[in-house]
Amino acid sequence: MTPRLLRWLIPLSAVPVLALLAYGFRVNPREAPSPLVGRPAAVFALQTFEGAPLALEAQRGKVVVLNFWASWCYPACYEEAPVLERNWRAYRDRGVVVIGVDIQDTPEAARKFVRDFSLSFPNARDTTGRVSVDYGVYGVPETFFIDRRGRIRAKHVGGVTDETFRTNVETLLAEPTG
Amino acid sequence: MIPELGSAAAIVALALALWGAAAAAAGAGTGRPALVLSAQHAALGVFVLVTACFALLSYAFLAFDFSVRYVAINTNLGTPFYYRITGVWGALEGSIILWTWLLALYTLVVILRHRESARELYPWVLAVMLSVMAFFLLVITVAAPPFARLTPAPADGRGLNPLLEDTGMITHPVALYLGFTGVTVPFAFALAALITGRVGDAWITLTRRWTIVAWYFLSLGLLIGGWWSYHVLGWGGYWAWDPVENAAFMPWLTATAFLHSVMVQERRRMLKLWNLALVILTFGLTLFGTFLTRSGVIASVHAFTQGTIGAFFLGFLALVLLTALGLLAWRWDALGAQGELDSVVSRESAFLLNNVLLVAAAFTVFFGTVFPLLAEAVRGVKVSVGAPFFNQVNVPLFLALIFLMGVGPLIAWRRASPDNLRRNFLWPVAAGVAAAAFFWALGVRSALAVLTLTLTVFVAATIAVDFSRATRARLRTGERLLPAMGGLLRRHNRRYGGFVVHLGVLLVTLGVTGSQAWSVQTETTLRRGEHAELAGYRVRFDGLSASEESNHFKVAGAFTVSNGRVLGVLRPAKKFYPQEQSPIAGVDYRLGLREDVYLVLGDFARDGSHATVKLQVNRLVSWIWIGGVVLTLGAGLAILPERKKPA
Amino acid sequence: MSARGAALGLALALAVAVAVAAGAAAQAPTRRVTEQQVHDVAAQLRCVVCQTLSVADSPSEMASQMRAIVRERLEAGEPPERVVQFFVDRYGEWILLAPPRRGFTLLVWAAPVVAVAAGLLLAAVLLARWTRRRRAAPAAPPVVDPAMQERIRRELESGP
Repeated sequence: MTPRLLRWLIPLSAVPVLALLAYGFRVNPREAPSPLVGRPAAVFALQTFEGAPLALEAQRGKVVVLNFWASWCYPACYEEAPVLERNWRAYRDRGVVVIGVDIQDTPEAARKFVRDFSLSFPNARDTTGRVSVDYGVYGVPETFFIDRRGRIRAKHVGGVTDETFRTNVETLLAEPTG
Repeated sequence: MIPELGSAAAIVALALALWGAAAAAAGAGTGRPALVLSAQHAALGVFVLVTACFALLSYAFLAFDFSVRYVAINTNLGTPFYYRITGVWGALEGSIILWTWLLALYTLVVILRHRESARELYPWVLAVMLSVMAFFLLVITVAAPPFARLTPAPADGRGLNPLLEDTGMITHPVALYLGFTGVTVPFAFALAALITGRVGDAWITLTRRWTIVAWYFLSLGLLIGGWWSYHVLGWGGYWAWDPVENAAFMPWLTATAFLHSVMVQERRRMLKLWNLALVILTFGLTLFGTFLTRSGVIASVHAFTQGTIGAFFLGFLALVLLTALGLLAWRWDALGAQGELDSVVSRESAFLLNNVLLVAAAFTVFFGTVFPLLAEAVRGVKVSVGAPFFNQVNVPLFLALIFLMGVGPLIAWRRASPDNLRRNFLWPVAAGVAAAAFFWALGVRSALAVLTLTLTVFVAATIAVDFSRATRARLRTGERLLPAMGGLLRRHNRRYGGFVVHLGVLLVTLGVTGSQAWSVQTETTLRRGEHAELAGYRVRFDGLSASEESNHFKVAGAFTVSNGRVLGVLRPAKKFYPQEQSPIAGVDYRLGLREDVYLVLGDFARDGSHATVKLQVNRLVSWIWIGGVVLTLGAGLAILPERKKPA
Repeated sequence: MSARGAALGLALALAVAVAVAAGAAAQAPTRRVTEQQVHDVAAQLRCVVCQTLSVADSPSEMASQMRAIVRERLEAGEPPERVVQFFVDRYGEWILLAPPRRGFTLLVWAAPVVAVAAGLLLAAVLLARWTRRRRAAPAAPPVVDPAMQERIRRELESGP
């Protein structure tokens, strides 16, 4: 390259940097892929708001939809709560269980949330944060779809829609129980 | 009514700015002063209109006008009066108005100072500044309108981000923005120099004080930001290498490099190309900084983002970089050095090395900040680049810079003879070695701390050597001590202003070293009446108290601190704001020259029977703030007009 | 007192004693792990709710829960690297505040070295060019500082 043209490298050098920054618009810095997909779901043993025990192992053989929420998570958790309740009622007789885990919250606010949305699926508080760490939860809401053999098959960050719920659950239900 | 007036004012200001930029450029190109005069009037008009915008927005805040969406989001009926004023620039739209207003202010001062003194460059400077203002006004009118209405108007607003309810909000953004916008002036002069072809020393001499002013406000903004982080954010630190912090730090690094390299151009007519490139880079980094803060492209605690505004800033950044760097390439031939050097051991080399290190540091910080984006683009993986990385890679660079800070001012231009080296550096080196031995004997075992302290002593010694030698020379002429020292400072205010600034930097270094090397902390849960001990302090938990404030609910813990004798009661609190999802930690601390005692309240039992508290003893942190004060004095000294007659 | 009453009383006393002992033990667990050790591990992890602070620094509830997990695992005898890996297994590599020094992320660690090397190279080229220049240097504009130093030197050498 002749020295005369070399000087134009200076303005041109700005282009890749600008392109990289432009790329930044397409990604969401807060979303991270989970390394847990495909791995066995961590077991937990919590207590529901009514005092009943809630353990993951007891759900072996069913498709589990594990949802992490908080009462202050507005608007996403408020939008997905009716979705979860609706689909829970539709699928509960088909071997699907929806479990809600409340994190970073106060008992009163959480109970109010459950009451307000008339949630009939089991909900428990993760008081020590261990369950949310075991599932690599970094925000709410997050939902995990666990198959009948206890493996995490999908993770959904953000509010769950009817579509997301049904697609994932139907896929897992279609798998053989063996 | 009021909001409509505000929107109208912004639109008219935009039109004026566009007209002014075109008129100034046309006037410069065709040599017609009437056009330039018209551009001046346009600039004045822009200033008046943006002031009006500012005033109208403030009025909307003070009057609780929740029909304006910006007001509804950032204030509520409980927001205290003074935070309704500072809240005006507390979020995106208002901060852009602040930025534009400061730009308009700078433009006015440039007009007043330079319309006579910089005949050839001035019209183009005006054109550039008006163009930059036009961009920000475009953002205000199109991308982030502050007067957008909210219908129906809510009965109460959401409220200011609680972290912003602090005196830091009054000073930190204003200081930082004064720095950011201040960089526009040397940049405008640089572009004017490139466009007119007058790439000699004129533009450097004219912008010398502007550069110091902008650099100073950047430094001040960073230091106040550190103070704010320390006493509000509840984590006991002052710098987290957050992407937005980095965004302000990078232009500071290149501005510091520029401050020094212009001295080489002034004295020796070298580094012309480099200086132009450096000031363009600095301005580009200020735009990059505002892009980062507003685009959400990189996650940050600071980022307050919205919609398409990121695209606007990226577009403008692209325009500025390609145009300015293109002009630089165009004028390449005129930018050769005209000086000659006899030896590599010389002040020119020291300054060159200073620039290499500062720009390398800026590049490192930049690369680290955008690396998550790069990793995602190239590999599709998410990575984090945080404090451990930045600390590890920057420390060696800064240590080398501190060493240069001692060498640079004293080493001779062109060629430093062995004699010159011996006379200037023998005592400081000896002092440094003695200091190293002293600290080692004192029990300091961290090699990094010893090295930093040794270099600090070395640099301080060089300043002392120079100042004492000069003073003694004056004393020989019969002058008395204090007038001699004062006269020296005044006569050579640039040099000694620089020395005082260096001293300020040394004090900041001392504070940073102390706090990083010797701070201790512990976290523990205490029952009422129980105490925790750390570094000779005993902290006893006395109980909780709750109170209802105007816009939040506060739970404060009372902790009695003693170290043999009772020092006082600290009340770190947790503040519950209705609009916030988690409580805001309120810290309490006891500052000291040697160490600060710092408490953060964690979880607590509702009945006040026990509470978790994080206790820190931070060493030497106060010297950072003291260093900031010294820095201010030094910058002030350096900007003083020069005395022509010997004092 | 009947035998039954005595047995009951003894059982009650035992129960109370056990409860008190358990309470005391819960209040003061055997700390085989120092706060500094917890801090060192936590400083490597990114607090997931604050985006830039480390788990050690963050005042958030999530971070303090994570610190508790770190403390518990260290007390159970797990080496620090395993504790860090525990979090990486669940969150992914972005939970590390400093990217690992291998593979693609080695690039970010190499950047400062490359930058300084490139800068020094550029400086060396410039200096070589300046010291080789044969044109007479134009008189530099009056410089205060070296002249001042010269004056001082002469005055010092002339002596009392």
